[in-house]
Amino acid sequence: MPDVTITVNGQRETRAVETRTLLVHFLREQLRLTGTHVGCDTSQCGACVVHLDGRSVKSCTILAVQADGAEVTTIEGIGTEEKLHPMQEAFRQHHGLQCGFCTPGMIMRAIDLVDRDPDADEKTVRHQLEGNFCRCTGYQNIVAAILAGAIAMRNQT
Amino acid sequence: MYQFEYHKPTSLAEALGLLAEDADAKLLAGGQTLIPTLRQRLVSPSALIDLAGVPELTGIGRSGELLSIGAMSRYAEIIESPMVRAIIPSLSRTVEVVGDPLVRNRGTIGGSLANNDPTADLTAAVLALDATVVTDRRSISADAFFVDLFETALEPGEILVRIEFPRPSRSAYIKFRNPASRYALVGVFVAEVAGRVRVAVTGAGPKVFRELMFEEALQRKFSPEAVKDLEVSASGLSSDLHASAEYRANLISVLARRAVSAALNEPSHGI
Repeated sequence: MPDVTITVNGQRETRAVETRTLLVHFLREQLRLTGTHVGCDTSQCGACVVHLDGRSVKSCTILAVQADGAEVTTIEGIGTEEKLHPMQEAFRQHHGLQCGFCTPGMIMRAIDLVDRDPDADEKTVRHQLEGNFCRCTGYQNIVAAILAGAIAMRNQT
Repeated sequence: MYQFEYHKPTSLAEALGLLAEDADAKLLAGGQTLIPTLRQRLVSPSALIDLAGVPELTGIGRSGELLSIGAMSRYAEIIESPMVRAIIPSLSRTVEVVGDPLVRNRGTIGGSLANNDPTADLTAAVLALDATVVTDRRSISADAFFVDLFETALEPGEILVRIEFPRPSRSAYIKFRNPASRYALVGVFVAEVAGRVRVAVTGAGPKVFRELMFEEALQRKFSPEAVKDLEVSASGLSSDLHASAEYRANLISVLARRAVSAALNEPSHGI
């Protein structure tokens, strides 16, 4: 089995993996970072979104070996329990979730889209969330949370 | 997923060597189609040859009058390229409607073309814009490249290196999207390149094709009215749970008119 070294949330992690191990399984099962979820198994739902070298991607559609040498950020890497990331705090304040299963992917996607387009309007946010499914909320509060989170992220810097 | 070997060559020559050695190996580009397919055990390659480390397949640039896009250019890179937007804005906009933003952060133009999905978007752009597919050994015209359902002119052991696009005088792509899959139920790309109008249709048949009746009408007069009364035959078009062949035939007419309007309204091509 090949060794891969991936910097996850700032920490270099080296593990032996099967070539067919998906990045999401590497994160969840080998590093025990279970905040990244597997929602659909068909590359459609976006519950598994992480940042790979600064871009939001579906970690269920990337092999761990493809991420060898890369930097990965997961939902565990953006804030602490004491001090949530502004986007996490916005989801809490605006109740941008019901069951919460899609939330890690939503937040990782939201941070990437705000990083790239800090002034994104509601229409843009909805469009940019196309790869993330929520089967509870109807998206209304998720979009409200992201718009508020964008302002909070701007004010933070 | 079945087990497979994994190789990550660092040059085109090394990738070609690995591919020549193993007839059951598959090339891995962005993986946004291949990895889901592997997961469903619909394919079982002996090895994956990851092209992400091959420098010859990257880069967007101009060569003379042509816009050259490396096969491993990810959709997001193409969207963000000021050069692509300046030379062929309709191509930027086509890439913007591929899949979803997460797919666009990984998927590549070369992967899409080599896969030749009958409902892909980029195939229509390449065919309408009369682009040339350049491989490690030859240049293939768009008209010759798309052979059949998921089949291209690429031979075993051949690697797609880049795509060269001539600059159109006007062009636009209109997609009627399947909301579940985000693939094109039907998409029509209209372009005028070197004085010739080309109309490519994706999603409607077993592969992307040109609608010659529309091309002739638009060649005489490039306006939505020119194609208003043209009826497309449903014969040979796809019929499935998403839409009947007749529905798709009607969509081709509707979308062609919209694409012509969009091409006429497009700001003039810069640079």
